Amino acid sequence: MENRIWDPIHECMDPEQRRQLQLNRLKMTVARCYALQAPYRAKMDAAGVKPEDIQTLEDIALLPFNTKQDLRDHYPKGYFAADQADMVRIHSTSGTTGNPVIMGYTHKDLDVWQECMARALTSVGADQTSVVQVSYGYGLFTGGLGAHDGAQRIGALVIPTSGGNTHRQVQLMHDMGTTHLCCTPSYALYLAEAIEASPYSLEEFKLRVGLFGAEAWSEDMRAELEKRLNIKARDIYGLTEVTGPSVSMQCLEGVGMHVQEDHFYPEIIDPDTLKPLPDGQVGELVFSTISKEGVPLLRYRTRDLCSLTRGTCVCGRTTVRMSRILGRTDDMLIIRGVNVFPTQIESALLNLGMEPNYMITVDRINNLDQMQVEVEMSDAMFSDEMRQVEAVENRIRKEIENIIGISFKLKLCEPKSLPRFEGKSKRVKDLRKR
Amino acid sequence: MVKQLSVFLENSKGRLASMTRALGDAGIDLLALSIADTTSFGILRAIVDDTDKAMAVLKEAGYTVNTTEVLAVLVPDSPGGLAGVLGLLNDAHVNVEYLYSFVRKAQGNALILFKVDRVSEAARVLHEAGIQMLDQPEIIAL
Repeated sequence: MENRIWDPIHECMDPEQRRQLQLNRLKMTVARCYALQAPYRAKMDAAGVKPEDIQTLEDIALLPFNTKQDLRDHYPKGYFAADQADMVRIHSTSGTTGNPVIMGYTHKDLDVWQECMARALTSVGADQTSVVQVSYGYGLFTGGLGAHDGAQRIGALVIPTSGGNTHRQVQLMHDMGTTHLCCTPSYALYLAEAIEASPYSLEEFKLRVGLFGAEAWSEDMRAELEKRLNIKARDIYGLTEVTGPSVSMQCLEGVGMHVQEDHFYPEIIDPDTLKPLPDGQVGELVFSTISKEGVPLLRYRTRDLCSLTRGTCVCGRTTVRMSRILGRTDDMLIIRGVNVFPTQIESALLNLGMEPNYMITVDRINNLDQMQVEVEMSDAMFSDEMRQVEAVENRIRKEIENIIGISFKLKLCEPKSLPRFEGKSKRVKDLRKR
Repeated sequence: MVKQLSVFLENSKGRLASMTRALGDAGIDLLALSIADTTSFGILRAIVDDTDKAMAVLKEAGYTVNTTEVLAVLVPDSPGGLAGVLGLLNDAHVNVEYLYSFVRKAQGNALILFKVDRVSEAARVLHEAGIQMLDQPEIIAL
């Protein structure tokens, strides 16, 4: 696949020149938020910061943070910074844990998003000859329409399957010669299972690259998807509050996700002290949108944990790169004082050559946290002899315990009995929060 | 020698019922059955009248299944009968992994299924001691 760059001016810009652009845009955004976003103006006033205090990029540390709770508290339109007449679309988070978050987009906001998605698709070899299948859900979720608009922008043939109807997904992928697949890694795994169960052989497919995102996944999962689908699996990142998928994207080199930093300014902070952390150190990712009109957000705490790396990539892009998301502070389970991420279980299962399908249940029994992990049995692991199956059970338990560092209850389940996910996976049941 | 069917059963409500229902609906007769279980899972071992069909039915229904060779041994139905057979195997250094008995009697003897580590050696020892074993067609015909 040829290395192409959609917007060399912005993607390969001299870093110093880019910092100047970022500063100009940051100043404009701060002025806009102070003038038009009442909840944020109140925050700035409370912190004693005025727009004119922002004179260098480092001054961003003076600004107060925004959190998901702030957006919920001002549901639905408290953070809107453009007239409704100028808004052309909304997207929304699911709102399963409280008020949903509504984000409004102006024409220009959608244009920027489409440009970023076009950059992302181009960076993994897609062009007007490509066939892009969008198996993210269409609708309020940003995944479907976001990927769709970007693919259309580069002139690719778009197959808007949305999520679900796996049988038809596989058939269209086969019959239309899909080259690029956009979906969650969980759904990609489900599609791989469906292809294996289909009458088609993998060689009959033209699939080359998967753009997988909307949930945290491990390097082992990437290797698994690359093998099972015979593709390059690349990570795409985004969130509704910032814009949607393509805030950052792995290029074909596959080393970190290039942040579209002329539009989204990233910082890494210590989630406890809230102080900025140096490059290379893992902490909570914070984004400031610096070109957004509809709902600009300054210093939005994403809850995602990663690190940043600077320097020119082999592909030629000079943009800062995010590491893989190691987990979300929200997804992180604290069990008997130990931090556990669901992706650690995924890695352990893949190390054992097992299907990375699992469910985690956490409960508090007699004031003690108890974790149960359910995994699926396979023909290869099964024996008529109890001690053989128990040996398998022990091997799985040890592998997981080695990675997470705490003991737990393992439950072997029947094959394909655990839930499969067509969108974002929900593998954790925390009964302590009742 | 007899082919035994082994099925993995998750320890949750109704799994045994739905598995046996799947076999029943396919017209498969269970001739002998034993279940080993821990707190989290169980292994069902069974001799059926049509092993291949039972395999296909259970695989189709999504179960983890395999087959194993076991010995169907006619053990004298009198005190010390089983001890005698086990003694012969022990003397020949054959390990018994597990055993379970048939519901029906055969020719006045108890019919017991043995899973051993060295099947042909065990069969030879028992045969030489004059102990009769049944094969699959004979068991189905009982």
